[in-house]
Amino acid sequence: MENSHVNTKSVLERTRGRLDRIGDPALKVITFAAAALAVTVLGLIAIELARGSRLAFHRFGLGFVTSQTWDVVHNQFGALSLIAGTAVTAVLAIVIATPLAIAIALFLTELAPKPVRALLGALVEMLAAIPSVILGLWGILVLGPFVQNQLEPFLNSTLGFLPFFRGPTSPTGILTATLILTIMVVPIVASVTRELFTTVSPELREGALALGATRWEMVRGVLLPAARPGILAAVALGFGRAVGEAMAVLMVIGGQIGIHLSVFSHSDTLAARIAGQYNGSSTNLQTSSLVYLATILLVISLAVNIGAQLLIKPIDRRPRRRRIALDRALEAQGLSAD
Amino acid sequence: MSEPAFTLKATGRLRRRQLVNQGMGALAVGAALLAVSVLAIVVISVGSRGAGSLNLAFFTQNQAQGFNPKGGGVLFAIVGSLVLVGIATLIALPLGVLVAIYVSELAPSRLARIARMALDITNGIPTIVIGIFVFTILVAAHGQSALAGSIALAIIMLPLIARATEEVLLLVPSSQREASLALGVSRWRTTVQVVVPSALGGILTGTTLAIARVAGETAPLLFLTYLGTSSTADANPLHPLQSLTLVIFSYSDQADPAYQSKAWAAAFVLMCFVLFTSLAAKLALARYRKKLGG
Repeated sequence: MENSHVNTKSVLERTRGRLDRIGDPALKVITFAAAALAVTVLGLIAIELARGSRLAFHRFGLGFVTSQTWDVVHNQFGALSLIAGTAVTAVLAIVIATPLAIAIALFLTELAPKPVRALLGALVEMLAAIPSVILGLWGILVLGPFVQNQLEPFLNSTLGFLPFFRGPTSPTGILTATLILTIMVVPIVASVTRELFTTVSPELREGALALGATRWEMVRGVLLPAARPGILAAVALGFGRAVGEAMAVLMVIGGQIGIHLSVFSHSDTLAARIAGQYNGSSTNLQTSSLVYLATILLVISLAVNIGAQLLIKPIDRRPRRRRIALDRALEAQGLSAD
Repeated sequence: MSEPAFTLKATGRLRRRQLVNQGMGALAVGAALLAVSVLAIVVISVGSRGAGSLNLAFFTQNQAQGFNPKGGGVLFAIVGSLVLVGIATLIALPLGVLVAIYVSELAPSRLARIARMALDITNGIPTIVIGIFVFTILVAAHGQSALAGSIALAIIMLPLIARATEEVLLLVPSSQREASLALGVSRWRTTVQVVVPSALGGILTGTTLAIARVAGETAPLLFLTYLGTSSTADANPLHPLQSLTLVIFSYSDQADPAYQSKAWAAAFVLMCFVLFTSLAAKLALARYRKKLGG
């Protein structure tokens, strides 16, 4: 008995060879190093941004966040109007995009005939794949003139009694930027929501219909409540994308400091200001202030992403099938949920 | 048998519920139509403006010398884009696969969770912030180079590839691992020769999606590599090379319509590349998942 055990072991030993003895620990060490590198990069990003913004932080302190000035000539910098511009464009884009995206997801899962579903779903996802610089180019040269000549005069004549729709019309500005961001956010929210709807168990769905609910009542009573946390997470991730978008916004927002009520007016966002001025920055303080903006942007995106992950957490307790479906939907958008 | 003298017709509350139902259905159809028509408008307006300016010279020549915005093409930017994305892939693909192997096959669950979270957070960082980061660690001291741009793109690709790979590694049936281990094959050989080859198709399509994504990136490249035009094509990654996306951005700003039409043409080429590769990769990925029974 003892003997045969020793024999088996020695046979294994011989077939394995030296390579195998170092192979196992080596694989572990190499892959661990790669994972550690990924974590380190994240830490380095935070450290480097903090270091880069030190000069501006010493000069302006936290007051940077509440100051509206961005005066290159007098070397006075503040982020407030950029934060406001970022918030307004991203929030408006999300407000327009969310109902649209949910409606698209409903059409794709509930109403469209089977063959149309796959095709239309692919088309909506293609919208997400269009590079932002192309949307920016399209925004200046095609959407901009439409906004100036049709949309803004129309809004002004119908809703002009509100302060939001007054002032000179322009091809660039908050409205154009918001529309471009909406186009970028809709496919993200739509494809995640669609995936969520398909994973709601058919028993619930059919139960509601069998009780005499109309299709819409089934949607409102069953689908939407079941998918709510996931939809919220998708909205948060879409918001993060809108906040961080630099190129398309830079090209269409007009690049002006100041907080205005009207959506016709020019504005600027954190990401767009960094993209627009970092290359031509004339003083160390300006460069540092731009890095300070990047730090604010990093903090916002961290908060939004971690918030979204917390929202998704409860879903993790659900059956594995659904979790995978959600992960897949998020990944298809280049986003992911743990 | 005669027809009934009356037909069933909803009235009152039921009628209202049905109307609401139909109204909501119509809104859903409208939203879907809107999304598709926006896509169509973007694609058609880029296509109609861009396709006209496409000719052989656009792909095979560089910007003409002297003041001649019409002459020549954007070969320099096509080469630059290939170098930028190529090097980024060479960095991110092996790293991403290694991270995924660690996270899904080897790591204790707590470390795996930390690594996953780091990847997800990195994925959520605005790309312009990654550009600033690479500028401060590389460009500030060593000057602009395509390599710096590639590193920024690699940071963007890493979480995409790692998460996609992790997902397909999880789809590889555990019976394959167990069979290999039961035959006395060591863990690393099982991983390298059984698990990874099984997942290879999925890893490659995930990588293709990541390539399609970063090929359209502009913001992180703005400060890292050259923004402008060139009359020579260069492929040395240590030089500041141009990319198609940077050309679209800088030409769109020019007053001369000849530059603008080149911007449209470049946008058209880039859009076709991105849409076709991402569509093909998605179809392949769907087929692959079905094969592994995910």
